[in-house]
Amino acid sequence: MPGRFGSFLRVGTVLASVAASGTAWAQDLAIASSAPVTSIDPHYHTLGPNASAHVHLYDRLLERDASGKLGPRLAVSWKLIDDLTWEFKLRPAKFHNGATLSAEDVAYSIARVPKVKNSPASFQIYTRAVVGHEIIDPLTIRLKTATPYPLLPIDLSQIFILPRSLGDEPATEDFNNGKNAIGTGPYRFVSYKPGDRIEMERNEDFWGTKPHWKKVNYRIISNDGARTASLLSGDVGIIEFVPPQDLPNLRKDPRVTISEVVSNRSIFLWYDHSRTGAMPFVTGPNGEALEKNPFKDRRVRLALSLAINRQGIVDRVMENSAVPTGQYLRPGAFTYVPDLKPHPYEPEKAKALLKEAGFPNGMRITIHGPNDRYVNDAKIIQAVAQMWQRIGVQTTVEALPWSNFIARSGKQEFSVFLLGWGVSSGEGLNPLRAQIATWNPQRGLGTANRGRYSNPAVDTLIDQAMATMDDGAREKLVQQAMRMAMEDVPVIQLHLQKNIWATRKGLTYEARVDEQTEAMGVQPAK
Amino acid sequence: MFTWMIRRLIQACFVVLAMTVIVFIGVHVIGNPVDILISPEADQAERARIITEMGFDRPLWEQYFIFVKDALQGNLGRSFVFNEPALKLIAGRMPATLELAVTAVLFSICFGVPLGLYAGLKPDSPVSRTIMAGSILGFSLPTFWVGLMLIMVFAVQLGWLPSTGRGETAELFGIQWSFLTWDGLRHMFMPALNLSLFNISLVLRLTRAGVRETLPMDYIKFARAKGLSPKRVIFVHVLKNIMIPVVTVVGLELGSTIAFAVVTESVFAWPGMGKLIIDSINVLDRPVIVAYLMMIVLLFITINLIVDILYTVLDPRVRLETKA
Repeated sequence: MPGRFGSFLRVGTVLASVAASGTAWAQDLAIASSAPVTSIDPHYHTLGPNASAHVHLYDRLLERDASGKLGPRLAVSWKLIDDLTWEFKLRPAKFHNGATLSAEDVAYSIARVPKVKNSPASFQIYTRAVVGHEIIDPLTIRLKTATPYPLLPIDLSQIFILPRSLGDEPATEDFNNGKNAIGTGPYRFVSYKPGDRIEMERNEDFWGTKPHWKKVNYRIISNDGARTASLLSGDVGIIEFVPPQDLPNLRKDPRVTISEVVSNRSIFLWYDHSRTGAMPFVTGPNGEALEKNPFKDRRVRLALSLAINRQGIVDRVMENSAVPTGQYLRPGAFTYVPDLKPHPYEPEKAKALLKEAGFPNGMRITIHGPNDRYVNDAKIIQAVAQMWQRIGVQTTVEALPWSNFIARSGKQEFSVFLLGWGVSSGEGLNPLRAQIATWNPQRGLGTANRGRYSNPAVDTLIDQAMATMDDGAREKLVQQAMRMAMEDVPVIQLHLQKNIWATRKGLTYEARVDEQTEAMGVQPAK
Repeated sequence: MFTWMIRRLIQACFVVLAMTVIVFIGVHVIGNPVDILISPEADQAERARIITEMGFDRPLWEQYFIFVKDALQGNLGRSFVFNEPALKLIAGRMPATLELAVTAVLFSICFGVPLGLYAGLKPDSPVSRTIMAGSILGFSLPTFWVGLMLIMVFAVQLGWLPSTGRGETAELFGIQWSFLTWDGLRHMFMPALNLSLFNISLVLRLTRAGVRETLPMDYIKFARAKGLSPKRVIFVHVLKNIMIPVVTVVGLELGSTIAFAVVTESVFAWPGMGKLIIDSINVLDRPVIVAYLMMIVLLFITINLIVDILYTVLDPRVRLETKA
């Protein structure tokens, strides 16, 4: 009997290896992505997983390289003509339907964005600054803004270019069935099965370096365990968002190669700055209501930050899939502040600060956070609660589903709560304007300022930076604003997540800061 | 029979209506889909635009009446997330779930009934004891764990079966089915088995209990005394009489297997309706949730109807209508 079973095993192994080599020979690649792609229409939904799939089919004017640096794509060069006019020179390229790329297509794509129907998250936020255009020649376009707007190239690196032959208001549904899925990208659309897969084949007329893989099967495997298993069984060549609990084993596994990079997604705790009086989830040490919001006192904000052992969270909770941070951006990013370090772990100093601020016996706090959004979100707030307990702050934890949490945090219902922020632009004005600037619906500032922090000095610096077209001068202003803000501890910065991919041995992937998983970046090892 | 059907249909309408009200209020209480769907970088103006465009600025009762008005014209709304009609989305995912659930139920009948029959006829044999002990595992092991173990053993260690996904499909009646291709069947085997483990145990235990109860009955003794062959006694006199509880349970389990296959579907990345509904609940995609639950209510009502009719076939004493 054992002999028969053994031969079964061997047949199985042989078949498996034949299958594996067969795939490699045919130059097919299967990718396991972690979240559903909601549409093939590149102007429908500003969503990371969508962009990750769309870069195969469509191109933008400018692109971000793996390290997040802005560079040319369909535009070979761009320059400022005057403070209100940008000029973009295009490269010759062909759409999948044979049409030639021209400046008209750029104008068409920018004009289409606000016209997309029923978009749950429109790309308008990236095209709104453009108020007019002028076509100089078929490969040169000038875009005009109403006020000086230094972020235009960065914003346009989010907008995919479609051929104007799609006509007036092409329907989103016609992208999903392939009729309108026409771009200039390195892959052509073959089929899209929502929630399951996108199949693509190489565009042999691609204007740039042709990718290695002829056929790409872009699969959605949202369950963490299933994603790891599909890699180990060889069903897919690469998986994204490697679950931290599998990371230690995968690092040791000879069948697997890991590639990782520190991302621009920081995880932090918000303080509620909106109230001046009693807080719903902060009370005195015996449960008595406080007269005024203790988080208006910088010493309290700093004390709670110093009480957190960030390295401990990174080592134990995150399995080293993160690095401690003191700001929103990763080291090396444009406008990163080199001397702004993560707060050290100093529980004694924290206790002293609390005493000095009038809380010798600590206080009671409930931390809120999501339990299905960020990597190990619920575990992080549990760890923080235990650390605060050690400096005499009696802490309880309440983790909620994201759908409920995000609505309540937007209404300032919590006192301390966990959130994350991915800096899609890769520079500091983005978090400063969205998170730190005073909440101001008229000017569209402080849109994600859920703690309602307000610091007029920082606001002034942000305004100055927004009107500074020179990159060098702007970088200095942004750094100054970021330093001023972070030293005031409006939020407790915890860590920056790492983006982690795992590939089958024999394949390599250039880890990307922007979390995108691209077949173009997967190479057979030399 | 006819008035009985009418009464059932009216009941069904009320259940559907009550369900839609509950979903509307429930989703409203949990949160606002805009908060989840919107780009985190969107400004307040963009947020206001989406709220108006999707109609969330109106009072809930008004949103509900708009929905009812559209629904009466056969339009259950478009998904907030996918911008496709909710019914089309569900219909696109249905074949995958249906073929998985039907295979799982077939497994549970094909394995459950014979094993249960054996265990009932020879209750003291070691084989029967093993079967019964095994069925306890089938009941008590969590589906997601068994699913991952199946993947670990058959896909990762042995490499016999593909780990996840639906594999190749072929077209029949304009719909893509995976049971028509060898690759599709290979992909379907593990999830179907995983989904059926609980049902196999359930059917097995029901069958065994029924057999044990029926064997000492007078009519069985009489049938034996009459000199009928053991085969006829077992398959006609015993099996037919224990089928009523089994049919009830298989029917209801088919319904819940279709409706709630979500754990198996997500472990095996099976692109069925269960995954769609869970994703939709997570982002509060109300049109899809409502349309899905309406469909499930109708499904259960239909299954109950069929089960009731099967009763009359299996047991002539059962009448669907009491005389007025």
